Amino acid sequence: MAKYLAKRIFYLILTLFIVITVTFFLMKLLPGTPLTNQAKLSKSQIALIYQQYGLDKPVWQQYLLYIAGAVKGNFGTSFQFSDQPVSYLISSRIAQSLQIGLQAIILGVLVGVIIGAFGAMRQNSWVDTTSTIVSILGISIPSFVLAVLLQYYLGLKLGWFPIAEWGGFSYTVLPTLALAATPLAESARFVRTEMVDVLSSDYIELAKAKGLSRTGVIYHHALRNSLIPLITIVGPLAVNIMTGSMVVENIFSIPGIGEQFVKSVLTNDYPTIMGLTIVYSFMLCVVLLFTDILYGVVDPRIRLTGKAN
Amino acid sequence: MADTVKLPEDSFKPMTADDRASLDSEKIAAPSLTFTQDAWRRLKKNKGAWVSLIILAIIFIMAFGSLFVSPHDPNAVHPSYANLPSKIPGVGINGFNGTLVQAGQRIDAYQQAGASGKAYIMGTDYLGRDLFSRVLYGTRISLIIALVATLFDLTIGVTYGMFSGWKGGRIDTFMQRVIEIILSIPNLVVIVLLILILKPGMTSIIIAIALTSWTNMARLVRAQTLELKEQEFILAAKTLGESPLKIAFKHLLPNLSSVIIINTMFTIPNAIFFEATLSYIGIGISSPQASLGTLLNDGQKNFQFLPYQMWWPALVLCIIMLAFNLLGDGLRDAFDPRTKE
Repeated sequence: MAKYLAKRIFYLILTLFIVITVTFFLMKLLPGTPLTNQAKLSKSQIALIYQQYGLDKPVWQQYLLYIAGAVKGNFGTSFQFSDQPVSYLISSRIAQSLQIGLQAIILGVLVGVIIGAFGAMRQNSWVDTTSTIVSILGISIPSFVLAVLLQYYLGLKLGWFPIAEWGGFSYTVLPTLALAATPLAESARFVRTEMVDVLSSDYIELAKAKGLSRTGVIYHHALRNSLIPLITIVGPLAVNIMTGSMVVENIFSIPGIGEQFVKSVLTNDYPTIMGLTIVYSFMLCVVLLFTDILYGVVDPRIRLTGKAN
Repeated sequence: MADTVKLPEDSFKPMTADDRASLDSEKIAAPSLTFTQDAWRRLKKNKGAWVSLIILAIIFIMAFGSLFVSPHDPNAVHPSYANLPSKIPGVGINGFNGTLVQAGQRIDAYQQAGASGKAYIMGTDYLGRDLFSRVLYGTRISLIIALVATLFDLTIGVTYGMFSGWKGGRIDTFMQRVIEIILSIPNLVVIVLLILILKPGMTSIIIAIALTSWTNMARLVRAQTLELKEQEFILAAKTLGESPLKIAFKHLLPNLSSVIIINTMFTIPNAIFFEATLSYIGIGISSPQASLGTLLNDGQKNFQFLPYQMWWPALVLCIIMLAFNLLGDGLRDAFDPRTKE
């Protein structure tokens, strides 16, 4: 276990290192300077500014400095907001994004599991049909379309929830719903398929033959075993939430990192884009690591050496 | 021991050719089907997938047919006909009859604009461009982007996966590590970075989507190749001295085809979704070009007052996504011989 963990953490660091390297050199390829009024500045002024920000050094030195800074969580200064460190920009916004993302994934998976399980229990009945329709619609409707519709109908027309900005819990409801659709659909689909498989296996027959109640069989044997593989799709779902949040946060003008990312892209704020790319990769790596470990803990059949059986 | 049964000799008689012909226990009742024929038959039985296939065919024909026959020029601007609601001749339902509510009263917007004789099925946008033509045009661009990106994805993903699975060992481990690293950056972030470098536009979107979406295909193909390469027919081919390239094309590829086709059906809607997302946040297709994403972005600005401008593109986008997903599901069932009928 410890060996496996060490190996995984080594790969995590390696991955982040590669991400930082690639983004750094990609950003160096991009045209443009960080100066706002280059035409008005004299040569010596430009040299002074470059010196202050370390831009006069050779690229490899800048690269090493950037890595040294990134380790300490320092991603340089934003181009868009003068004198605003990127790390502050991110740290002041990440909580909102995390809250919405976590809420969406929890809500989506919970409801998805319930819908999927009911579908599998009453296979080929109207319950099953409804659950299939819900899951296929959830996958087919892009989150930003759903977000606009929710914002208009639940927010503006019915006035149940605030339509935008950031305040208390009620402000998070609509974005959470918009983001939860895909996790809901994916997990419902997944749980249904798994559970149909599990329900036809021998140990379920045995449990029934022993005279266990229907709920006992479903809850203790079928559901538990069909939930274990669900852990494997948490990683892809996290990606989906991150992607979705970029648009959804924009629609609801939530001051989160997704909104900041889009804003930075539109204003060519390279240091912020780099910082956010690294933060996104870090979050995803951690999620993937956790789900892998959790999978091994929950399912004793999986050895944590990376080889299944 | 000596209890042998004595059978009279006349209970045996040689079989004649006529007897053999009249015997039908040897007959195969159903016509023998090839793998593709069987899959096709199963697909036709799946109503959802079959309807999706027809709908997709119609959408393809309409989107690409509009190159030659389009109700209006998608880029022709008529400021005086701006923001007309949708009007389908012969339909009287509010919302489809060219009327809208203005200051509490339902008025005929077409009469007001002096276009009583005209009928725009999906209405017009803020510049008076025919929305139906725009949607057809946008669908075409979205489909082209998705298809070309998928083509790249097919070639890169399949080659990478087959190579990795075939070689095995260290090369395989290394190639899988590379995929893991790519997968640990959210797709959209990579796409955005690539687009920044390549300048926004159709080509860069295609390249960006193609370069990021092949990982899934590569993984599936690799897993399947690992399984296939242990089988006897591959061993036979190897023993007979076939070159690896020939084995890949003649023996591996046909056996991988179902995995590849199914995965493609999920790659296409993904590509359409990414393109729509990019155009929606403003770094995708730029005007005068249009895609479903830009149309949604335009329509969303006026959603409160002119909801139809977003509903139509949203509807088309959702139908395409839905149809591809259903078709993908249907194909998966059709290619999987274990599925019960």
